[in-house]
Amino acid sequence: MRLVACVLAAVALMTVDHRFHHLEDLRTTLSLGVLPLQLLVHAPFRAAHWASEELMTRTSLIEENERLREDRLLIEARLGRLADLEAENRRLRELLDSASRVGERVLIAEVMAVDMDPFSRKILLNKGSRDGAFLGQPVIDASGVMGQVVHVSPFSCTALLITDPNHALPVQFTRNGLRAIAIGRGGSNSLELAHLPTNADARVGDIIVTSGLGGRFPSGYPVGRVSQVRTDTGRPFAEVTVDPAANLERNREVLLVWAAGQGPSDLAASPPAPAPDGR
Amino acid sequence: MVPRGLLAIATSFVVAFLLTALPLPQWAEPWRPAWVTLVLIYWCLAVPHRVGVLVGWTLGLLLDAMTGTLLGQHALSLSLVAFLSLRLHLRVRVLPVWQQGLTVFLLVVLDRALSLWVTGIQGMPTQALSIWAPAVTSTLLWPWLFVVLRDVRRRYQVS
Repeated sequence: MRLVACVLAAVALMTVDHRFHHLEDLRTTLSLGVLPLQLLVHAPFRAAHWASEELMTRTSLIEENERLREDRLLIEARLGRLADLEAENRRLRELLDSASRVGERVLIAEVMAVDMDPFSRKILLNKGSRDGAFLGQPVIDASGVMGQVVHVSPFSCTALLITDPNHALPVQFTRNGLRAIAIGRGGSNSLELAHLPTNADARVGDIIVTSGLGGRFPSGYPVGRVSQVRTDTGRPFAEVTVDPAANLERNREVLLVWAAGQGPSDLAASPPAPAPDGR
Repeated sequence: MVPRGLLAIATSFVVAFLLTALPLPQWAEPWRPAWVTLVLIYWCLAVPHRVGVLVGWTLGLLLDAMTGTLLGQHALSLSLVAFLSLRLHLRVRVLPVWQQGLTVFLLVVLDRALSLWVTGIQGMPTQALSIWAPAVTSTLLWPWLFVVLRDVRRRYQVS
């Protein structure tokens, strides 16, 4: 009797969770309950990281400092050029009368060393709604798009990686502006472009960026590089495989992105671009 | 007044949850034993009047929240596993440990099959063979887990 009740309750929960997304509150409460466990699992890794930083020798610190300074010089030089280009871009867009979206804000979040369900691609981040994270927020790293936030609780959030089979991302080729949808492949750490006709102009090595269509992701963030194109005349669509640009499997820190005009006011990192104007 | 031994049971489940969340290298991840299922089976066999379907269901819900699966997926499979363990506990308790292992194998296979079924309904493809790997490792681990938890039960007089 009790079994029947439990099974029915479980099936009802699954149906509601899958279809209607009304259970966010329940999930938040439950995940707050298991957060201490996850923190406990994460603690040794955090301690190891802390120890490796604390126990560095002076010479290696100086070396690292030197290297970082050189890197910074290079990056600043490049950034200067970028600011110039951005200004030019905005001017041209104004001439064309189209809205430009600059000035995204970011916040660094730490990936917690906690394993989730092995059949989906999810990561747990140590920032939650208290830090301003919201549902559907893009998550990126230094080299590209990682995924989006699918669940927020006050102190942590869960992000779905772009390689999850449930994740689809509107993208664009930088070479020719061809638009497509990149869908995760699950196990193999790659994506595939859906519904590209066999005569589409896709080549191995093409760079793929977000197109900004769909409104979730800001446009222009790198997604990956085409690693394989198979055109089989017997099939209606070309089979295009993309290797993600972001280091999905081995990141410690990621960036949460707020589009222009939204986001928390007290931010750790702010963009070099001027403040967003009005819109 | 907390019943005697409840703390031991709770602690064993907390440890099982920790082991479930512990990061493993990529190659070892599919082989992770179904810790919570194993501990649940043990307590169902040992103290069937304490741990049962409702406990399994609650643990399953927590597990769902922790691993980010559909709410109810583990609740369903764990309550079924608990129910079967309760049904079989008189028969399985008297078996030698390795034969208990076979029962555990079947129960974990059932657990995985239900998960496969639920993810299948959601339209998520899974690599076919690796999903059964936990059943193998769980079976191999059962004798050790059994001994450890039996010692815990005797030490803290869980009854």
